[in-house]
Amino acid sequence: MSGRVLVGVKRVIDYAVKIRVKPDNTGVVTDGVKHSMNPFCEIAVEEAVKLKEKKLVKEVVAVSCGPQQSQETIRTALAMGADRGIHVEVSGNDYETLGPLQVSKIMAALAKKEDAQIIILGKQAIDDDCNQTGQMTAALLDWPQGTFASEVTLDGDKIKVVREIDGGLETIKINTPAVLTADLRLNTPRYATLPNIMKAKKKKIANVKPADLGVNLTSKLEVLRVEDPPQRQAGMKVETVEDLVGKLKESGKV
Amino acid sequence: MWLNLTPSRRLLSLRWSLIQYRNITLENTTRKAAVDKVLSAFRTICGKDNVSLGEAIREQHGKDESVHRCRPPDVVVFPRCVEEVSALAKVCHDHNLPIIPFGTGTGLEGGVGAVKGGVCFSLRNMDQILDLHPEDFDVTVEPGVTRKALNAYLRDTGLWFPVDPGADASLCGMAATSASGTNAVRYGTMRENVMNLEVVLSNGTVIHTAGKGRRPRKTSAGYNLTNLFVGSEGTLGIITKTTLRLYGVPEAMVSAVCSFPSVQAAVDSTVQILQTGVPIARIEFLDDVMIDACNKFSSLSYPVTPTLFLEFHGSERSLEEQVSTAEEITQSNEGSDFQWARDAETRNRLWKARHDAWYAAQALRPGCKAYSTDVCVPLSQLPQIIVETKKDLLESRLTGPIAGHVGDGNFHCLMVVDPNDPDELHQVHLFTERLARRALAMDGTCTGEHGVGLGKRALLCEEVGPLAIQVMQGLKDSLDPRNLMNPGKILQRGEL
Repeated sequence: MSGRVLVGVKRVIDYAVKIRVKPDNTGVVTDGVKHSMNPFCEIAVEEAVKLKEKKLVKEVVAVSCGPQQSQETIRTALAMGADRGIHVEVSGNDYETLGPLQVSKIMAALAKKEDAQIIILGKQAIDDDCNQTGQMTAALLDWPQGTFASEVTLDGDKIKVVREIDGGLETIKINTPAVLTADLRLNTPRYATLPNIMKAKKKKIANVKPADLGVNLTSKLEVLRVEDPPQRQAGMKVETVEDLVGKLKESGKV
Repeated sequence: MWLNLTPSRRLLSLRWSLIQYRNITLENTTRKAAVDKVLSAFRTICGKDNVSLGEAIREQHGKDESVHRCRPPDVVVFPRCVEEVSALAKVCHDHNLPIIPFGTGTGLEGGVGAVKGGVCFSLRNMDQILDLHPEDFDVTVEPGVTRKALNAYLRDTGLWFPVDPGADASLCGMAATSASGTNAVRYGTMRENVMNLEVVLSNGTVIHTAGKGRRPRKTSAGYNLTNLFVGSEGTLGIITKTTLRLYGVPEAMVSAVCSFPSVQAAVDSTVQILQTGVPIARIEFLDDVMIDACNKFSSLSYPVTPTLFLEFHGSERSLEEQVSTAEEITQSNEGSDFQWARDAETRNRLWKARHDAWYAAQALRPGCKAYSTDVCVPLSQLPQIIVETKKDLLESRLTGPIAGHVGDGNFHCLMVVDPNDPDELHQVHLFTERLARRALAMDGTCTGEHGVGLGKRALLCEEVGPLAIQVMQGLKDSLDPRNLMNPGKILQRGEL
């Protein structure tokens, strides 16, 4: 067993930013807007680093797909304790249309190339909320998956995963190699400290192109329009119960 | 008292009250007329959606988290930039309207109450984090930025702003009240960590207290205007930007809890730990009443005696040294073995008692509100003042668990009081005054962190003395000759 963990980290608009739709409704404003690592990816990195600190895995490799700026996201993962990074260069139109299917093909190819034992991803990205990449990656590799993980325990060559599901918690045991996706309560990610940020500058980030991995980035999806959610309408005050019933009947709700 | 006067004196006193009443009513009518006149000017300056006369909005902006009753302004404006603040202030100045700056409304001394009505400037729309310089450890923020929002923004940089009062307060508001937090013992209070301010004065003039954009780590250029406005509680100007000193996030943290047989033992340990030069980050004291409340509220089982909660920051190696030195000291003062924790989850559980203290205190008497006292004395006086205060609480039959930042000599009695019982409220008021005077008698201050606001104006006079008060009044008169900036706070004018 290689003892190598691959962690996917995505660069997204920071969760605290007020999102604005572009005037031409083709997307949201990203220029000059603060970006940072997807919060669920932070949890994934933290889990991988914890496994390494417990000496259950040997190496943590952070992977990001995107333009030049994705390297900053990888650096943050390195500052949190990842050993090295892989930047898969995707820019321009390819980046605009990059989605879970393409990313999962990339992750699958890298998993084979790097002989990864475990892939940990965030359960979903806060910009598209797809919640698909982990599942697709597992399917492409024909690996078991432990998604929505709120607790992960390595047990020999198996992994026990406690999953958050609608009905409560489900515990499963899966073989390695496997794909895990991190849910909110898996851990509390550490802050990057200055000494670690400085050390991270010396860690290596390899540059790879999707074509080198034999991945075709063509998307089968086309975004037609992006709109704001409808503005909340003002409420109405009525004087009597009869008025209320009348208004409800008028609107066809009763 | 009125009945003790002779009939003719009673008549004079009655006449004087009536004249006062008429003057106040006249003042109110004049002011309301002025407000009507300026509304259209306000709407032109910041847009009509950002001017509110709504009763609910005004009430929201007339109170904070203190026990002082709501005193709503006549109108609330929501400027979006310093130019709008300046223009609005000019209009208020021209019409003699009081100006009350409002950040997050989380103050504890009634600082935002519009005692003479006027215009509340809610600064929440100005919420940008500007000019972060990680290599220089400084950042500039607008009043709508709270301390948690800033630290979330900084999380990738390895930096943080450590001043942490209980509430998620506006940083400019924290500058205005000279706020402090649990780790002041290591990182200081706002006084030490504000490098520059942009302030709008009562007539609309915009100044930069250390010069525009300047952020040297130290300076000896001219009068220290920055620290004049820090702690001025909105009575000298509206703070629209603050430049803050940042610190590196600690590499590692260790938390520990230790119980003691007496208050003296706990405080002696604190003094000795500080004397040995351990750069302790947090050292919090909870008395037996407080611990008991926390045990009940959070289902814990700490021994019900005076307890210290400690936190150490540093590199792995320095932590070992700090913890072992501190443990030696506490053990020599009959402290219990340390319960301690390294990782975030266990540390949080260990400190949960301290974090929930406010709620635990209120839970002692459901339906009651909590009011926090706030005195600060030299360290050596701490055991005596706590012992005397606990005696006073017992004799006055008041519920007042104690929690404090002993590293600074600062402690809070969380007075749990029934807001509908005027007798009890009065007793608490008297107790608080006795406590403040006790602190003053020990070379201390009547307010370590919360500010003077409405309730401590008389105590401030006792604390600094009439001559210093005259100087303060002179500064106030020079910067705000018409007394428009948050009237009725900090300084008394011999009226209300």
